[in-house]
Amino acid sequence: MAYNVKEIVANKPSRFTEGHRMCAGCGAPVVARHILRALKEEDHAVICGATGCMEVSTFIYPYTSWTDSFIHTAFECAGATLSGAEAAYKSLKKQGKLPEDEHTKFIAFGGDGGTYDIGLQSLSGAMERGHDMVYVCYDNGAYMNTGIQRSSATPRFADTTTSPAGKVIPGKMQSRKDLTTIMAGHHLPYIGQSIAVGNMKDLYEKAEKAIYTEGPCFLNVFTPCPRGWGYATEDLMQINKLAVETCYWPLYEIVDGKYKITYKPAKKLPIEEFLKPQKRFKHMFKPGNEWMIEEFQKEVDKRWQELLDLEEMTNTKENT
Amino acid sequence: MSIRERLSGNEAVATAMKQINPDVVAAFPITPSTEIPQYFSTFVANGSVDTEFVAVESEHSAMSACIGAQAAGARAMTATSANGLSLMWEMIYIASSLRLPIVLNLVNRAVSGPLNIHNDHSDAMGVRDSGWIMLFSENNQEAYDNTLMAHRIAENKDVQLPLMVCQDGFITSHAIENIELEEDSEVKNFVGEYKPEHYLLNRKEPIAVGPLDLQGYLFEHKAQQAEAMKKAKQVILDVAKDFEKWTGRHYGLFEEYKLDDSEIAIVCMNSTAGTAKFVVDKLREKGVKAGLLKIRVYRPFPGEEVAEALKNQKAIAVLDKSDSLNAIGGALFEDVVSSMYVNEENVPMCNYIYGIGGRDTTAEDIESVYEDLQKIAKTGKVEDPYRYLGLRREAK
Repeated sequence: MAYNVKEIVANKPSRFTEGHRMCAGCGAPVVARHILRALKEEDHAVICGATGCMEVSTFIYPYTSWTDSFIHTAFECAGATLSGAEAAYKSLKKQGKLPEDEHTKFIAFGGDGGTYDIGLQSLSGAMERGHDMVYVCYDNGAYMNTGIQRSSATPRFADTTTSPAGKVIPGKMQSRKDLTTIMAGHHLPYIGQSIAVGNMKDLYEKAEKAIYTEGPCFLNVFTPCPRGWGYATEDLMQINKLAVETCYWPLYEIVDGKYKITYKPAKKLPIEEFLKPQKRFKHMFKPGNEWMIEEFQKEVDKRWQELLDLEEMTNTKENT
Repeated sequence: MSIRERLSGNEAVATAMKQINPDVVAAFPITPSTEIPQYFSTFVANGSVDTEFVAVESEHSAMSACIGAQAAGARAMTATSANGLSLMWEMIYIASSLRLPIVLNLVNRAVSGPLNIHNDHSDAMGVRDSGWIMLFSENNQEAYDNTLMAHRIAENKDVQLPLMVCQDGFITSHAIENIELEEDSEVKNFVGEYKPEHYLLNRKEPIAVGPLDLQGYLFEHKAQQAEAMKKAKQVILDVAKDFEKWTGRHYGLFEEYKLDDSEIAIVCMNSTAGTAKFVVDKLREKGVKAGLLKIRVYRPFPGEEVAEALKNQKAIAVLDKSDSLNAIGGALFEDVVSSMYVNEENVPMCNYIYGIGGRDTTAEDIESVYEDLQKIAKTGKVEDPYRYLGLRREAK
């Protein structure tokens, strides 16, 4: 069935309800809600949240925004916690203790702190062990829940509270970690890098593939943070669009090792377009700091080219 | 009918786990408990259990996976020692706060550092206030029996708390001794099915577990945990009664060895009790009225009962196989002292830190404690309550 956002929103009830306390203009709830829409209505889900903005804003005792079963344990172990729940499902199913014709899907949500950094080991373990689950990283590029500290997903030069743009050091000095390709090294059946852009077809389709591909799957989804990045709340979708059009956040998937770029901008926009609306990069636009923008652009170009090369390499005739 | 066997403590526990046939076991190897997941994965590989074995990449993940599994509606078990438990520490508290009756076999070993793989109780003492029920075992038989009783206690509706069964690393975990095992079918019958009221995999009633729990509720939730721990005491006794009916083996909150008419007594846990019983017998032959109180249930601590059992002694020595490094004695000593005081029993008491990092504790060592107690009993005075036993020289 062709993707139709109006039909999906109109006909599939949201499994992530209103009333949560995420900030206006935050990318994460949009992503969570839309990913859950990719679940078949008849399927139940067990969702695991790593400690982070999304967890503390959606499940404050005695309220919850999650209509499916939900578990949160700690910051660094969403992968392991959910792998335990999935193992329980497998065991009980095998023993005939759960109905054979009813299905439960397992989805973890972690921010970049809980995924790129403190939870990387737990994620890697869960993926390597092959649990039938999807791990979704909502990457907002810093530890936003504790107040905008740098993470390994924070882009170079970004001003954060632990990599402040000072007189001597102009923001974060290191480039961001590429978690999606780290996950590619785990040789998973499905990996998607996505964003909520346009009618959110890209996100929905990747979520559907990740949820309904058997085995361990990973989604890395870009989710802007108005407080951490310093943009007007109403500009969320515009920021997402610029991340894609500048190739800062390429949309692609890796299916059984084959790279497929799912969106190639007809005309790649200069990185300034993405950087300029965000206060965290403000210092890069001061006279004398042009080198920072140049270096940023170089890094984006290099990574985009690498991705194009990987796509070509993994789709050559010998590999098909 | 019991089956006579010869097993190590680790084998005994792995056998109990096999008979219990839990839905999920998630574990990571660490000396001296490594054999437990090893034996267990063999049971899985040979299809003798229905268990999903999750070979996690760390102990932190082991406990996280157990929490996920138990919350999902499964019976989950694990085993660890020392630093493995230290790495689990964050999740240990979360497991008990979520009221998940996970069962853990802790093979006691010294916590680093420096690194040491041998037995003391510093690992267990590090989680003594984490809301887990803690049972200690003198030998392989007790480790086996405690494991068989574990689920009935932990899963009881009035309790719903995780439980750890402790035994001494190497001393009992690797020593092969005689043991009486029970029939598989009888174990299955005794342990029963796990029927959680609420669980993640119940699609008819989706639940949310592990919220952000702020000023308005956390206090009440902690008080409920504390209440469950208090109630566990009676449940432990009830389960022990059923167990005795089935196997003939008696268990209480603690074991009193020749304590009814003794004048001087030692309080200790795990394998040291075996050595102490030998010494008590020897001293009794010489007419010394020596006794022993071996703690089985360390959490909940049976304070009132311990005070009642010890009230007629003239002097008491509490042996701690872990130093709390706090200038007021080991953990067990503090527990016994406070129990005696609150119950208005005034007996001269002293504390011995012993066996650290696997330092051997001999019958002579224990005998020297009883000799010290005889002196204290005569004068009624304790000049130096905080002592060492078996330390090569005074650490001054």
